[in-house]
Amino acid sequence: MAINWFKYSAPTTFYGLAGKLIPFFAWPAAIFFAIGLYIGFFVAPTDATQSEAYRIIFLHVPASILSMFIYLIMAGYAALGLIFKTRLSSMMAQALAPTGALFAFISLWSGALWGKPMWGAWWVWDARLTSELILLFLYLGYIALHASIEDVRRADRASALLAIVGSVNVPIIYFSVKWWNTLHQGATIKMTGTSMHIAMQQAMFAVLAACWLYVIAVTLARVRSIILEREANTQWVNDLPEVKQIDGGRS
Amino acid sequence: MNWGEFFAMNGYAFYVWGSYGVALLVFAIEILLVRNRRKQALRNLRLMRDETGETA
Repeated sequence: MAINWFKYSAPTTFYGLAGKLIPFFAWPAAIFFAIGLYIGFFVAPTDATQSEAYRIIFLHVPASILSMFIYLIMAGYAALGLIFKTRLSSMMAQALAPTGALFAFISLWSGALWGKPMWGAWWVWDARLTSELILLFLYLGYIALHASIEDVRRADRASALLAIVGSVNVPIIYFSVKWWNTLHQGATIKMTGTSMHIAMQQAMFAVLAACWLYVIAVTLARVRSIILEREANTQWVNDLPEVKQIDGGRS
Repeated sequence: MNWGEFFAMNGYAFYVWGSYGVALLVFAIEILLVRNRRKQALRNLRLMRDETGETA
């Protein structure tokens, strides 16, 4: 029996698969958020130097990690769309951008509120903060560029170039604390291990897992709408039960 | 469990809840926006269908 590895690389088949998958990511995301925040707020001890303010870490670090990873995944899909001309790849890049932007925003916002009491500044123009801000601008630029071009396939190609070139920013963010003298602290979690209290580690990884699951769920939901928008003139879309039903129906 | 103490976060309440509160808001808004996008897409498809009197 031959396996069609590319069965779900078409919008027609992926649309249904995505719809079925969403709850399998959404519910675990909620559960992991609950577990992570419980451990982070009720199990993890008070920090010796930072008192209770350090608890922002359980939000800030996952958000920052996700903001960087989402960008690379978005750029990867954009590149696939550019190279193989697969529409769904470009649609996935389009679907990831807003979520990535929001995580970059959360990273910057939570970082500012953590920075003010602990390090005395809402903002400094050091390497890490500045490059994360640039990441946010890259996301917004991608969204704006794509929206500004009438022909959607040209829009895909132009924004793909922006996404790919912008990828260089991600390793810059990551290595910034190593390469330059920054206000932002260096890596606490290294390949060799970490000195973090175990409950803090658990909370952070639980929230990180929650964020990943949330991103997948939201992206799958968004790409379904993008498919409906972009494939509006196809027979299969107009044959969908949620489209065929007479007005007044919910879906 | 002293909830007063918990919410006070040892004086850092503004920063801690300001971070988590905004994040929660962002997630809630994002989910609403995604839902609305789907509703709008379906609405447009149905409008197009009704306009042409038949499917594309």
